[in-house]
Amino acid sequence: MALLDIQNLTVEFSTGSGAFRAVDRVSLSVDKHEVLAIVGESGSGKSVAMLALMGLLPWTARITADRLEFDGKNLLTMGAAERRRIVGKDLAMIFQEPMSSLNPCFTVGYQITEALKTHMPMDKGQRRARAIELLEQVGIPGAESRLSAFPHQLSGGMNQRVMIAIAIACNPKLLIADEPTTALDVTIQAQILELLLKLQKDNGMALVLITHSMGVVAETAERVSVQYAGQKVEEQRVGPLFANPRHPYTAALLSALPERATAKRLPSIPGVVPGQFDRPTGCLFSPRCTFATDLCRTTPPPLKDGALCHYPLVNGVPQGHPGTEKAA
Amino acid sequence: MSPVLIAQDLARHYQVSRGPFAETATVKALDGVSFTLEKGKTLAVVGESGCGKSTLARLVTMIEPPTQGSLIIDGQEIVGATPATMRTLRPRVQIVFQNPYNSLNPRQKIGKALEEPLLVNTTLSAAQRTEKARAMMAAVGLRPEHYDRYPHMFSGGQRQRIAIARALMLDPEILVLDEPVSALDISIQAQVLNLIADLQQQHNLAYLFISHDLSVVRHIADEVMVMYLGRAVEKAPRDVLFGNPQHPYTQALLSATPRPDPEKKRQRIVLKGELPSPINPPPGCTFHPRCPLAYDTCRVLNPALLPHGGAEVACHVVNPPAGSASAA
Repeated sequence: MALLDIQNLTVEFSTGSGAFRAVDRVSLSVDKHEVLAIVGESGSGKSVAMLALMGLLPWTARITADRLEFDGKNLLTMGAAERRRIVGKDLAMIFQEPMSSLNPCFTVGYQITEALKTHMPMDKGQRRARAIELLEQVGIPGAESRLSAFPHQLSGGMNQRVMIAIAIACNPKLLIADEPTTALDVTIQAQILELLLKLQKDNGMALVLITHSMGVVAETAERVSVQYAGQKVEEQRVGPLFANPRHPYTAALLSALPERATAKRLPSIPGVVPGQFDRPTGCLFSPRCTFATDLCRTTPPPLKDGALCHYPLVNGVPQGHPGTEKAA
Repeated sequence: MSPVLIAQDLARHYQVSRGPFAETATVKALDGVSFTLEKGKTLAVVGESGCGKSTLARLVTMIEPPTQGSLIIDGQEIVGATPATMRTLRPRVQIVFQNPYNSLNPRQKIGKALEEPLLVNTTLSAAQRTEKARAMMAAVGLRPEHYDRYPHMFSGGQRQRIAIARALMLDPEILVLDEPVSALDISIQAQVLNLIADLQQQHNLAYLFISHDLSVVRHIADEVMVMYLGRAVEKAPRDVLFGNPQHPYTQALLSATPRPDPEKKRQRIVLKGELPSPINPPPGCTFHPRCPLAYDTCRVLNPALLPHGGAEVACHVVNPPAGSASAA
């Protein structure tokens, strides 16, 4: 049984100008010991979906789902008190901006032991010992003296390590990392990614990595879910995804990478991600898609061969597309 | 072809207060960097945060005077130049900043923002200024109706187009691009990179392209300078640098950059530790505490940038100093 099972999760925010659907019928499952990456551009709803799971969204958000289960427990019907027993213990999250996610008024040691105090039956000495052990585990030199440091005394990379230490304090079964390395330099990014994968292997936890960087996905993930404008458009194992993307959006995104460019001009995707007021009626990607037909523009696409598309690609050729049949 | 900008041994030091009773410390943000810019060519400056890339941008754009060294723009020395000379030189060097959300005045319409450089620096009439602004908007792919809109009405990619248009209003010869695409999504990044490449061809611009993203640099640069703690550690034509990186820091930087290719799992050089404080840099080669190849000489003698294998490298391992025990 999957550790995390999400079926048709929808998150809507009530705004002054009507409801805005940030996450649109997203289904995901994560197995134990698995690394799943969720990729997408800003506004694709990748963070909101995970925040909904954690119960961290404001009251303006309306969360509906056919199924939202973690470790066999239904998160939809669960009370707030019961959810608090899971979140931070079995289900932990680290955020993008380490500097703004840590409380500047408390020492690093206090913030790590806070999680232990809430969830673990430990006395003060044990908590302190565990905090030192955690800081050593995430690779902070001089762990014992760092317990009394405040976040502003540490660098961005060190603060991100502290965040990871807090998240893994209670040995979570699932760790959600929301853009854990975006704010960091490349050499520090490499250190943090190695650390996350090492912890994932050593502690046997599952890891959900939210990112917009295709490079990070290629080097860390086992399975990838691609999101666009709130919808999951494709899911594949990492190798096939890069070798043979099924959805035109994934294909366009990959070819827009400078690393894959063959000419001086990059093949860019025209236009921008649709917002609240210019949401297309059919396929959400149709205004920017090179293969879009009238069918795409009017009818929402079905889920075909693991891609949310009328004409999923096989080796770059859209299947069943009127243009290709004419050519053939 | 003669270069449009020659920087010789450029340095910028800052005095920082360390408290009421302590002596002020000197931060060598930039410590002796030499390079030239040529028309129609791109020099990319790569490095992590704190390596002095942005200080370099501030010196080249004449926002700050250098503490040491000489900077010759268009055959004229700017160190010790009269204010009148500076006034004629400033329009020739323009800059595009990293974050287009912060670098545009939220209360100024786009048209007015584009006309402001002309208002300050030229004697054109209002009608001529408007005409030039509209022509420039068309050149960077903005629609005429955008003239009367405010910055908040644009997406990140469009705002970066506006920032580029504003920088080009005075027909500069040199454009400093300070991380122009790092705040943008991949699909938008490709559009802006294409625009930057097109404009360079049309206007025969010299680019100083500052970035931490090596994949973008590899795509756009002609020559690359890698910086570490205020000094250039390697300078080479693009293909030489990416084909045969010689400095251990360049090698680590290249191997740390995640590549979007899951088939190529490679040995990553993960550097230990972080960038040392520029207030108190390590003696000798500033990179030696993190360098896997460091030997005795590295700890005492600061290496000079010397030619080796088609590049210029500042490393005792690549260019062993005469009469020293080489790396075993």
